[in-house]
Amino acid sequence: MISFIARRIVIAIPTIVLVSIFVFALQKMLPGDPILVLAGEERDPIVIEALREKYRLNDPLPVQYFAWAWQALHGNLGISLRTNAPVLDLILEKLPVTLQLAAMAMSFALLIGIPAGVMAAVKKGTAWDYLATGLALWGLSIPNFFLGIMLIFLVSVQLNWLPASGYVSLGESVSQNLRTMIMPAFVLGNALAASMMRHTRSAMLGVLKQDYVRTARAKGLLEPRVILKHALRNALVPVVTVGTLLFGELLAGAVLTEQIFTIPGFGKLIVDAVFNRDYAVVQGVVLCTALGYIALNLLADVLYVVLNPRLRAR
Amino acid sequence: MSIALESAAQQEAAVPRSRFWGKLLRNRSAAIGLTLVGLFLLLAIVGPSLVPWDPIATSWTTVRKPPSAAHWFGTDELGRDVLARVLSGARASLTAGVISVSIAVAIGGPLGVAAGYFGGWTDTIISRCTEALLACPFLILAIALGSVLGASLTNAMIAIGIAAAPIFIRLTRGQTLSVKTEDFVEGARAIGLPHRWIIARYIIPNIFAPILVQATLIVAQAIIAEASLSFLGLGQQPPAPSWGAMLSTGKNFVQQGQWWMSVFPGVAIFFTVLGFNLLGDGLRDALDPRES
Repeated sequence: MISFIARRIVIAIPTIVLVSIFVFALQKMLPGDPILVLAGEERDPIVIEALREKYRLNDPLPVQYFAWAWQALHGNLGISLRTNAPVLDLILEKLPVTLQLAAMAMSFALLIGIPAGVMAAVKKGTAWDYLATGLALWGLSIPNFFLGIMLIFLVSVQLNWLPASGYVSLGESVSQNLRTMIMPAFVLGNALAASMMRHTRSAMLGVLKQDYVRTARAKGLLEPRVILKHALRNALVPVVTVGTLLFGELLAGAVLTEQIFTIPGFGKLIVDAVFNRDYAVVQGVVLCTALGYIALNLLADVLYVVLNPRLRAR
Repeated sequence: MSIALESAAQQEAAVPRSRFWGKLLRNRSAAIGLTLVGLFLLLAIVGPSLVPWDPIATSWTTVRKPPSAAHWFGTDELGRDVLARVLSGARASLTAGVISVSIAVAIGGPLGVAAGYFGGWTDTIISRCTEALLACPFLILAIALGSVLGASLTNAMIAIGIAAAPIFIRLTRGQTLSVKTEDFVEGARAIGLPHRWIIARYIIPNIFAPILVQATLIVAQAIIAEASLSFLGLGQQPPAPSWGAMLSTGKNFVQQGQWWMSVFPGVAIFFTVLGFNLLGDGLRDALDPRES
């Protein structure tokens, strides 16, 4: 088991190196010379030259890359041009907000997606199956920003149940925080719930045909016990793996959800950075999401083996 | 004799094709999907000329008016007809969806075939780069690329196309790997056909179906991605209409109860995306040889 994890980590290293090269290249592809911005209006050639030396822009690209990667490894992702704060600090400040949103969205997705998937598989071909499958298709086709706007209209404007915006942090007030986060979390979790439902349904359909399910029924176990204990436990193996991978998608979905509900998270950070041409922040956010995604991939692989006794023995 | 053989081969090829269309049209989701996609395509082509309003002409006398007999979908914050803008927006959305996926297939297809067919170092390099690109969520990558390229509809299409390319690299690579081991490819190699010929004649026709299915499903994603980028201001630039940008302005007025500016473009995105999703699912079933 440990050797398996170690091997997976070793395989992930070249991917991480390549991701960092892409992110570095992204910075180099940018239009405009950042030094001209820093040099001020006079554009004194001596100042420009000094700045080029200072930021190592006269070095060959590979040297520049290694210098940048070395700094990044030490947690120095540069300084935000807009706020003058270290990029890492900004990311660490915003990340918990998005993680809370993503975790809540994930809970919604699990609570809706898995029971719906089980029901659709058990009652395959009935109205329940069509209802669940239809809802899943709806969930996959509705863009979360549109769903968000519609919910704001219905729940906040018409019914006046929940606030449309005005994020309150968990530290200030837990109940206020939940009131502002529940709608965005539902919006973000909606597509994921649809995905989870589809995966649970197809995994359950596969498992229900297995011999051990027939055996469980043959020995007279009650149907709920057969479904929940014998079938679902096995069907959940691929669902857990997919769920782990989809958690990364939530980070991307959060960009728009946070924009609509004006939640000061990771997604809003990247959008604001794009518009302020604050490229160090864009770069930092892309690098961090990619690293998080790679970590999730690793976790998904490990979980797959942990949950699958047949693979564990090897 | 060779002509007789060829016509026999054509007849053989013709049977599965007609069976494919039959299966596709009998498949309920595919039929609904095809209808929706066709309908929006038609609306995008002829729609704007059916409406007496100019999608970008502003009018200060009809600012933010609810739907009425004159303006079926109401008017927006500059007095422009929402229906005319939704119809013109269909052009932007469908073009963006189809072109960005074409870019993704044009980049991803050849790289994936090369990786799968040649193996070795070619495969290692291409696969590692693909993994690295896939390590970044699609939309974040598109936003980052969009910010580098600059905000415009063309650049949004390029950004989405590049961001989606790894999906097609991985798919074509896998498909090529499985077709490569088939006897007819081995045979073609044994009689010394050049690689170019084998790829064009034996590999591509056999991996075409799954790529078409995936492309259809990714068009749905690409339309959402284009709307997302336009929503964020990185796509279609004002005053040209796009569904994403319309939702972005509509959002500001929904809090005052003015729903029509966001509902209509949103519903348009929903049905277009639904159409491509249904069509993709249906194509998958119709092209799957295991399904009878």
